[in-house]
Amino acid sequence: MLQEPFSVGNSFLHRTDPRFRLVSALLYSIVVAVLYGFFSLIASAVFSLALVRAAGLDGKTVLKRLALVNGFVLLFLLILPLTAGGDIFFSIGFLHIYQPGVVLALQIALKSNAIIMAFIALVSTMNFSTLGHALNSLGLPHKFVFLFILTYRYIFVIEQEYKKIWRSIKIRGFSPKTTLHCYKTYAYMIGMIFVKASARAERVYRAMRCRGFNGSFYTLAEFPSSGKNWLFLFFMLFSTFLIILMELYFYG
Amino acid sequence: MHISEGILTWPVLASGAAFAIAGTGIGLKKLKTEDIPKTAILSAAFFVASLIHVPIGPSSVHLILNGIVGILLGWAAFPAIMVALSLQALFFQYGGITTLGVNTMLMALPAVLCHFFFHPLILRNNQFLSLAAGFSGGAFSVFLSGILMAAFLVFAQREFLEVSLLVIGVHIPVMIIEGIITMFCIGFLKKVQPSLMGG
Repeated sequence: MLQEPFSVGNSFLHRTDPRFRLVSALLYSIVVAVLYGFFSLIASAVFSLALVRAAGLDGKTVLKRLALVNGFVLLFLLILPLTAGGDIFFSIGFLHIYQPGVVLALQIALKSNAIIMAFIALVSTMNFSTLGHALNSLGLPHKFVFLFILTYRYIFVIEQEYKKIWRSIKIRGFSPKTTLHCYKTYAYMIGMIFVKASARAERVYRAMRCRGFNGSFYTLAEFPSSGKNWLFLFFMLFSTFLIILMELYFYG
Repeated sequence: MHISEGILTWPVLASGAAFAIAGTGIGLKKLKTEDIPKTAILSAAFFVASLIHVPIGPSSVHLILNGIVGILLGWAAFPAIMVALSLQALFFQYGGITTLGVNTMLMALPAVLCHFFFHPLILRNNQFLSLAAGFSGGAFSVFLSGILMAAFLVFAQREFLEVSLLVIGVHIPVMIIEGIITMFCIGFLKKVQPSLMGG
């Protein structure tokens, strides 16, 4: 059920220092999120696509992800052109397609996909423990990073408990329906997951205390500094800057 | 429940991020180190809840559970939910970097309010009262999340009004289901492991 299909790979993006990738992904996404001009939006979508290609990811898996995420965007694509008001683009019978709605919907679709593709290429290409360590060395609070890494660990514990209880419910002939009994069963299942998982969390914490855990979080991961990383960051900043220039020139 | 990348405008994104950082800061400050494992469990449960589908008529909805997370965690719900949402963004690309703040706000603010309104009532020995508070907590948090989401959308762009109304409409059945599930779950936890409820 839970997989990180993009984190495995050997492209230069996978090898770049995760901290540089995180920072450049953050800056790039923020810039793309505030774009309006079509020229710059299309440019950023193409650039993000190039990043996905550079990461050497399986095209099919990426497309599947994008399709899932685009559900929400589809809502806007369907509704905005019909309801936005303003100039009528064209009419089909009593349906009026409004031009501002079409423009807005297209902007949203381009922006959304550009940001998500960049995220897949730059951030999803690292696994969680790497990301946790990167967040740690970027100066996020220790407690936050500790919570982050423990949560990641417990997701699999909770998923296991859930599957176990679900199997035993199934064996006893449970079939999901819209009834109070069914909701009660789900509620008790969730309650039981909490009880079991917190017992397990308690044991893990005690074991950690026994091994000298004192609340601070150390990491063994070291990120060797290399010129390539700075080159990568420069390249990303330069591309982001070009997109800003395009926006200002054609739209601003 | 979350807003995708590329939909909101920068003032909404920036204020969402600022509030979420403030809330997470308060949450982290109040969170004791020895409570982090328990918080992580609830954060992970919040993550997994979005994969559990509950039938409603011919269709199904996935659970949200921000009510339970809020009732059990209080302010710590902010960091817990922010972590869970970052993991969702990483695993499924739901939400994302620029919308993390807004999405944390719309899930965690109702959760924290839920804690202050309903946690004291749930701890009472009156069973009817505590079940009623459980139901209201679950329903209220989802309802408020829906309202906040709609508000963020309308603040960003007036043209999003119709989409926002649709969003609120969709949340009404989810709200009732969350209410029922939260009520039974709280009742169950009070019987089986009252220590989890705190207080």
